[in-house]
Amino acid sequence: MSALSSKHLLGIKDISKEDIQLIFKTAENFKEVINRPIKKVPSLRDITIANIFFENSTRTKISFELAEKRLSADIVNFNSGTSSVNKGETLVDTVNNILAMKVDMVVMRHPAPGAAKFLSRHIDANIINAGDGTHEHPTQALLDAYTLNEKLGSLKDKKILIVGDIIHSRVALSNIYCLQKLGAHVRVCGPPNLIPKYIESLGVEVNYNLEESLAWCDAANLLRIQLERQDDKYFPSLREYSLQYGINQEVLDRINKDIIIMHPGPINRGVEITSQVADSNQSVILNQVENGVAIRMAILYLLTSN
Amino acid sequence: MKKVILEYKHVELIITRIAHQLVENHGSFENTAILALQPRGPFFGKVLAKKIKSLFEIDVNYGELDTTFYRDDFRRNNKQLIPNEVNIDFNIENKHIILVDDVLYTGRSIRAALDAINAYGRPKSVELVTLINRKYNREVPIQPDYTGEDIDTRANDYVKVDWKDDQCRVWIITDKTE
Repeated sequence: MSALSSKHLLGIKDISKEDIQLIFKTAENFKEVINRPIKKVPSLRDITIANIFFENSTRTKISFELAEKRLSADIVNFNSGTSSVNKGETLVDTVNNILAMKVDMVVMRHPAPGAAKFLSRHIDANIINAGDGTHEHPTQALLDAYTLNEKLGSLKDKKILIVGDIIHSRVALSNIYCLQKLGAHVRVCGPPNLIPKYIESLGVEVNYNLEESLAWCDAANLLRIQLERQDDKYFPSLREYSLQYGINQEVLDRINKDIIIMHPGPINRGVEITSQVADSNQSVILNQVENGVAIRMAILYLLTSN
Repeated sequence: MKKVILEYKHVELIITRIAHQLVENHGSFENTAILALQPRGPFFGKVLAKKIKSLFEIDVNYGELDTTFYRDDFRRNNKQLIPNEVNIDFNIENKHIILVDDVLYTGRSIRAALDAINAYGRPKSVELVTLINRKYNREVPIQPDYTGEDIDTRANDYVKVDWKDDQCRVWIITDKTE
C-alpha cells in the first residue's frame, strides 16, 4: 500500500483500512518532524490551500493551519461570517471564485451534512472535510484512533466507549467507522433521546448505564454536549445530564480500572467531565491535540501527492 | 546482464579502509557523528560504525536521517514518496557530520539530505561517504569525500548493493533492452 485510494478525504466511510494505516504510518514521521528544533519541511511549498470555515472552530482550524504551515504550503483563510456568503452567494460560487485564484486544496467545515461531498462533485481540487454538520469529522476520528493506537498498541478487539450526545455528533459517526475498520468493538452510551434510533445497524452496542459501560471499556471518548444544537430540549438540565452521564473521579474509582479518557474538545468542564478527570493522568486530551497536527500533516501530504 | 562487481571479501576490505580514513581525519570521534541516509544507507552506516568500534574501541554517535520531505521530485513522478524513520538521539549543532549512503548516483538525495540536516541544527561540517560512486550520472555538483569504489555506468544500468548479515556484495545489472 503506497498511496491513498481517494483524492479527497470526505469521510471515514469512504476510505479503507489500508488508507487509515498509511495515514497513521505517515503521521508517525510527521510527529517526529513537529518535535524537531525546526518544525518545518518544504514538501508543500508550491501548494496553496484554502481553509473555508462556515462554522466556528478553534482547534480544528488552528491544527489545520499549523499542519499546512509546517509543510510550507501557502494558505488563505475564509470565514463565512465576514464574507459575501452573507450577500447570498452559493457555496459552489464562493469556492469556485476562491479556486479561480489558483488554489489547489480546500479544507472545509460546513453546517450542512454532505457539503464536502457536494463540493467534490463540482470542483477540481482536493477536498478535506473538516466537519459537515452532524455527518462526519474524519480528521478528528483519525487522530482519536491514532492516539488510542499509540496508547493501546493496537485497536484490534479493544473495547471503546463513546459517551454523550451521539445524535448530533459528527465525531461519533466518524469514530464508529474508523474504530470498526481497525477491528475495535464500539459501544455508545448516553441519554436515550441523544442516541439515534437504529444505531445498532452500524454494528455498535447501545447501553444507557454509564458505570456499567465504563467498566466494560478500555477507553472512553466523551463527547461535548453541543449546546448550539440543542434547540429542542433533549434533557431537562445540564445538571441532570452531568449527574447521570458526567464522568468524575468517584465513578472512575468505583470501576477501579485504568481506562483511557478522551475528549475531542472543547470541554464543558463540570458537564460531561470534571476538571479533576480532564487533567488527570488517565486523560489523553492534550495528546489528541498534538497528534491532530501530525495526522493532518499526513493527510495533506498524502492527498497532495495523490 | 547481471554481474558481481564487488565480492564479500572486497567490500570487507573497503569498509576497513574507510574506517581507517575516518579515524585518521576525525580522531576520537568526540565531536563527530555518522548519519546514514534512509532507506539504504543504514546497512552500510551500521557496519561502518561497528568496524570503527572493533578496530579502535570508539563508540561513534550513529543516527539515521530521512530525506523524503526534502526531495525535489515530490509530485513530479507517479510514485507516492513514503517517508522512513528518523533516528537521531544526539544534538548535531556544531558537530562534524559524516553522511553515509550506499550508492551515489545523481546526487539529488545528498542535496536533499543537506537541507534535511539543517532542521536539526547547524553542523560544523558535512562530509560524504559512499560505497559506490557512479561517476558519470551526476545531476548536481556533489562529490564524495570517501569512496568505496568508483564505477563507470550508463544511466540505464542498475547497481544493486546486496547486504546479508553485515556482509555485502555489489551487482551491476545492465539494461537488457540495449
